[in-house]
Amino acid sequence: MSTTLRAGAMPAPRSSLVGPIFRIFLIFALCMALPWLFYNYTTGRHSGFMLTMFSQMGMMAIFALSYNMLMGQAGLLSFGHAVFFGLGGYFCIHLLTAAGGGSLPVPLEILPLIAGLCSMLVAIVFGYMATRQRATAFAMITMGIGELVATAAVMFHAFFGGEGGVSSDRMIDRSLFGLTYSQGVQVYYLIVAWSFISILAMLYLTTTPLGRMANACRDNYERAQFMGYDPKFVRFIQFALSGLFAGIAGGLSAITYEIVTFDSVSGALSANALLMVFIGGTNAFGGPILGAVLITLMQSGVSLISNSWLVYVGVLFIGMVTFAPAGLAGLIAMHSPLQQAGRLKPLIVPYIRIVVPGLVTLIGFVGVVELLSFKTIGAAQGKKLVLFGNPIDATTAQPWLIVTGMFLLGGLWLWREGRWFHTLWEAMMADLKPKKGAAQ
Amino acid sequence: MEIVIVSLLNGLVYGMLLFMLASGLTLIFSMMGVLNFAHASVWMLGAYFAYEVSRFIGFLPALIIAPLLCAAVGAAIEVWGLRRVHHNGHVAELLFTFGLVFIIQRSVQMIWGMLPMPYRVPAALDFPLFTIYGANFPAYRGFMLFISALMLLAIWLMLKKTRIGLIIQGALTHPNMVSSLGHNVPLVFTTVFAGGCGLAGLAGVIGGNYLVTESSMADAMGPIVFVVVVFGGLGSLGGCFIASILMGMIQTFAVVIDASIGDVLKPIGIALSSETLLGEILTVPMARIGPLLPYLLMVFILLFRPRGLMGTRDT
Amino acid sequence: MMPFVRQIAASAFALTALCLGQVAHAQGTIKIGYVDPLSGAFAQQGDASLKHFAYLFDRVNAENPPLGKKFEIVPYDSKLQPNEALIALKSVTDQNIPFIMHCAGSNVAAALIDGVAKHNARNPDNRVIYLNCGALASDLTNEKCDFWHFRFDANTGMRAETLVRGLPKTLQSVYVLNQDYLFGQTLQKETKDFLAKLRPDIKIVGEELIPLGKVKDFSPYISKIKASGAQALITGNWGPDLNLMMKAGADAGFELDYYTYLAHVVGGATAVGATGENRLYTVTEFHPNVPVEQKSVEGEKFVTEWRKNHDFDLFQMNNYVLLTMLAKAINKASTTDAYKVALALEDITAKDPLGHDYRMRKEDHQLLEPLYASKFTKDVKYDSEKTGLGWKTVAAVEGKDLDQPTTCKMKRPAS
Repeated sequence: MSTTLRAGAMPAPRSSLVGPIFRIFLIFALCMALPWLFYNYTTGRHSGFMLTMFSQMGMMAIFALSYNMLMGQAGLLSFGHAVFFGLGGYFCIHLLTAAGGGSLPVPLEILPLIAGLCSMLVAIVFGYMATRQRATAFAMITMGIGELVATAAVMFHAFFGGEGGVSSDRMIDRSLFGLTYSQGVQVYYLIVAWSFISILAMLYLTTTPLGRMANACRDNYERAQFMGYDPKFVRFIQFALSGLFAGIAGGLSAITYEIVTFDSVSGALSANALLMVFIGGTNAFGGPILGAVLITLMQSGVSLISNSWLVYVGVLFIGMVTFAPAGLAGLIAMHSPLQQAGRLKPLIVPYIRIVVPGLVTLIGFVGVVELLSFKTIGAAQGKKLVLFGNPIDATTAQPWLIVTGMFLLGGLWLWREGRWFHTLWEAMMADLKPKKGAAQ
Repeated sequence: MEIVIVSLLNGLVYGMLLFMLASGLTLIFSMMGVLNFAHASVWMLGAYFAYEVSRFIGFLPALIIAPLLCAAVGAAIEVWGLRRVHHNGHVAELLFTFGLVFIIQRSVQMIWGMLPMPYRVPAALDFPLFTIYGANFPAYRGFMLFISALMLLAIWLMLKKTRIGLIIQGALTHPNMVSSLGHNVPLVFTTVFAGGCGLAGLAGVIGGNYLVTESSMADAMGPIVFVVVVFGGLGSLGGCFIASILMGMIQTFAVVIDASIGDVLKPIGIALSSETLLGEILTVPMARIGPLLPYLLMVFILLFRPRGLMGTRDT
Repeated sequence: MMPFVRQIAASAFALTALCLGQVAHAQGTIKIGYVDPLSGAFAQQGDASLKHFAYLFDRVNAENPPLGKKFEIVPYDSKLQPNEALIALKSVTDQNIPFIMHCAGSNVAAALIDGVAKHNARNPDNRVIYLNCGALASDLTNEKCDFWHFRFDANTGMRAETLVRGLPKTLQSVYVLNQDYLFGQTLQKETKDFLAKLRPDIKIVGEELIPLGKVKDFSPYISKIKASGAQALITGNWGPDLNLMMKAGADAGFELDYYTYLAHVVGGATAVGATGENRLYTVTEFHPNVPVEQKSVEGEKFVTEWRKNHDFDLFQMNNYVLLTMLAKAINKASTTDAYKVALALEDITAKDPLGHDYRMRKEDHQLLEPLYASKFTKDVKYDSEKTGLGWKTVAAVEGKDLDQPTTCKMKRPAS
C-alpha cells in the first residue's frame, strides 16, 4: 500500500502535462454544461441555489488549491490562509465600488486579478515574517496573524466596514464581453473561467523549478540547502503566490455575493481550507478540488436537511484520517496499479460486499443521530421527523430499536467484511509486485 | 495603586485557570506533537460532567469524578483514535481532534440541550474571603487558586520525584531514546493524554461555574490555550506556567489602560483622525484591543525565538 | 428485507430531492423561508426562535388564516454567516417562496437587505419580502432602509429610549459598556444620546467597548467601573458577555444595578440566576408577567399555554404580530405577490392578545410596538426558566409613544 501512495505523491513530470490538460478541458466543458442540468424549463429560470453552490465550489476549489501550494507542495501548515481570501474580497469590493463610480476604468472580469495582486502584496509582508520559521512556529504565526486580522475586521470601519461588512453592486456596466452580470449564471461562467485560468496556472507552477524546489524543501530541508538553494526564499515565493490565488478566489466571492464580511477572514474559513485539502488529498494535484466540492456540498446541501450536519462532517473527517489518510485522491490513486494491470474487475463483488453493510451502518448511524437530536432539540422546534422519506414517530420504541440495531449489527458486519477486504486487497497488491519487478 | 493590586489578583486567578487548561495541553503537545484542538472541548465536557455529578452527589465528589471521567474519555480517544492515526502524521492527528470538536459540541447539544446549565458555585464556597479597597475577593476564587496551586505542586512532584515522571520527562525531550530504552512508549502516551484530559476536566469543574456552562464555551477558549502553550515553549511546564500568568496579567491590565498609541503621539504634535484605517488602528484605546495582545505577543516571540519562552527544542 | 429495500429507495429519493434543491412539502400552504443559526455555537438563538414560531404559527393559522390557507415555515441554517444566508435566499426564491424571515445578527440582516433588494431589481417576476424578526441595529431602517425590508421588532433607538425612561429618579451616575460591533456600537451611541436628552441630570462616568465574546474574566472591568464611582451599568451585552460580567460584579460584592437590553433572551435567566435579583433590568417586547400586571385573561392564557411544554419564557410577542400582520396584508392584497403584500403591509395595524396597538410605519418599515422596562425579581407570578425569579414591569411604553424620527428616504418601485 505504501508504494502506491508514494507513486501518487510523485509530482507529474513535465512531459505528462498533456494528459491532465486534456482532462481539465473535459471537466471545463462539463462545468459549462452543469447549470443546464438544473434549469427549470417551466419557469425558464436557472436554479439560483444550485448556481450559487456551484459558484461557491469554484471559488473554494481555487482557495483549496492555493492552500495546497503551502500544505501539500511546500509542507507548510497554515492556520491563517483565509486572511488572503478575505482581504482579496475586501479589495475587490472596494475596487467594484470604485469601478461602479467611474473612478476606475477597469472591466469587471479583471477585478479579481487586481484583488489577487493586492492580496499578494499583503502575503509578501506576512510571508516575510512567517516563512522564516517552519513547522509549528510557522503554523502558530499564521494563526496569530489570522486572529489579529479577523478581530481587526470587526473593529475597524474605514476599510472593513465593521460587522456589517462592505457591500457593492456588481452591475457596473463595464465588461469585456458586454455582460451585465445581473444573473447568477453569468457570474458562474466568470467563476468557471477564472477557476480554470487559476487551476492551469497552479498546475503549471508545479512543473516549474520553483514548484519542484518547494517539494524538495518540504521533503528534505537540509539537503535542499546544501544544494545551494535558500529554502526560506523558496517558501516565501510560494507563500506570496498562494496569497495571489487565494485573493483571486476572494475577489470572485465578492463579485458573487456582492458583500464581504469579517467571516471571510475568520479562522473558521482557514480551518475549512485545511479540511478541504486534507479530505481531497494533498498529494495529487486535483485532490483539493475534490475536497472543495465535497465540503461545499456538505455545508450547503447536507445542512439543508439536517441541523446535525456538523456531526456528519466530524465523522467524515475522523473516518478519512483514520482509514484514508491520503484523501479522496489517494483512494483513487490506490487503484491505479490495479487498473494498469487490468485487475479492477475482480474487485466489483468485494466492493458490493462492503458497500452494503456500509450503507446499513450509515443509515443506522444517521437514524440514531437524527432521532437523538430530534428528541432533545427538534421536537420542541415543532418539526416533524422525516427519515429517508418516511415520517417517523420518535416517541415509540420501534424506530429506536431499528436504527440502533442497524447501526450496531451493520457496524459488526462492516467490520468483518472490512477485514476480509483488507486481506484480499493485500493479497492482490502482493500479487502485483513480482510482476512489476519482472517487468523492470 | 488600588487598581493595580486588584488587577494583580484578578490576573493571577485568570492566569491560573489558563494554566490548568494549558498544562495538560503542553504535556500532550510536547510529547506527542499533537495540536489537540479538542482540548477545550474536553474542558467543556468536564464542566457538564461536574454539573451532573454535583447535582446528585455534590461538588466535592464532582471535583474527583469529573476529571476521572474526562481522563477516561481522553484514554479512549488516544487508544481507539489517535493511536491508529499516529502513523499518518501530525496533520492527520490534528484533523482527527478537529473532527472531535464538531462531534463533542453537537453531542453536548443533543444530550443537554442548547440552554446554559444552572451549574453554580457551591454554597459552602459562596462567601467573600476578604475585602481589599472595598471590593470582595470571593472565596471561590481563593479556592480556584488553591486547587490550581495544588495541581501545579502535584504535577511537579510527579514529574520530578516518581519513576513514571522520569519517563515522561524523558519522553518529552527525547522520545526515541526513551523508546529505545525499552519503555512502553504507547502506554506512556495514553497515560499522558488521559492525564492531560483529566487536567482539562479539572479545569472544567472549577471553571464551569466560575464561567458559564454552555455548549459554546469551548469555542472561545481553544485558541488562547494554544497561544499559552506555544508562547511558553514546548517541553517546559515552567514556561507554560509563566506564559499563563503573563497572559492573564496582560489581559487584565490592558483593560485598565485607556490610552492609545495616538495619545502617545499627540504630545509630539502628530494628530490622527480615525477616518483612515491607519488612523483608526492608532487611535483605538488599549482597553479595546486587550484580548488581541496575546496573539500579537505570540507572533512576536515566534519571529525571534521560535522555540517559545522557555522551550527546550524548536517547535 | 422489504423495509430495507424501501429505505434504500427512499434515501435515494431524498438524495435526488436534495440535488434538485427542493424538499417535498404539503400543498396548499403559504411558505415562509426562515434563516437563522441552527447549528454550531450560536444555534441556541435559532432554536429559541423556532420554538416560538412552532407555537405562534399554530395560533395565527387558527386565528387568522391567510387566504384560508396555513402558513408553513421552511427553516434554513445561516450558521450566522452572511454568505450562507444569501445561499438560503437563492433556495427560497428558487421555490417561489415570496417571504424570507430572519432574526439573529445585524450583519446577516445587512447582507439580506442588500441581497433581497438586488434580487428583486434583477428578477422582477420572482420578488421576495424580507421579514426581519429581530436584527435590531437602527441603521437597518435608517441609512440602509429598503422597500423590501420590514422590521418587526423595536430598534435599538426605541429600546434605548425605553430603558432611559425606566431609569429610577434617584440614579445619578452610570457607566455605559457595550460589545464592539455594529449592534453594540449603535446602542452605545443611542444610550448616550437619550441620556443627554431625557435625563441630563445623570452623569456618564465612563464608557467602554469590549471585544465581542473574547473576554473571559470581567473582574478588571468591574474594578474599573467601581473606580469610576458609577451606581449603575447600562449594557447591551448578551450571552456569556453579560452573564460573566454580572457574575464578576456579584463576586466582587459590588452593589451595582445592571440595565441591560438583552438579559431576557433564552438562557439569560439560567446563567444569571440569583445574582441578578433586584438589580438586573431589561427592555423587552413582552414577558410572561405583562398579562398578570395588566389583568388580561386572554393574554395570560397565551402565556400558560406556552408554559405547558416550554421551560423558557415566551417573549417574542413581536413575532406573533409579524404573522398576524402578514396574514392580514395577504388577505388585504388577496395574493401572495411580494409587491402587493409589501404595499399592504405599509401602515398596517394589529393588536396582540392583550389589546395593545402595533403599527408598521410606512416611512421606514419599522414596527411601532410597546416595550417594557422590567426588573428581575422574586415578586412575580411566573418565573423564568425555573429560577424562582421573573420579570416585573417597572415602566411600560406604548408603541405610539416610540414614534422616533427616521432618516430613511424610501425608494418605492413603481410596480
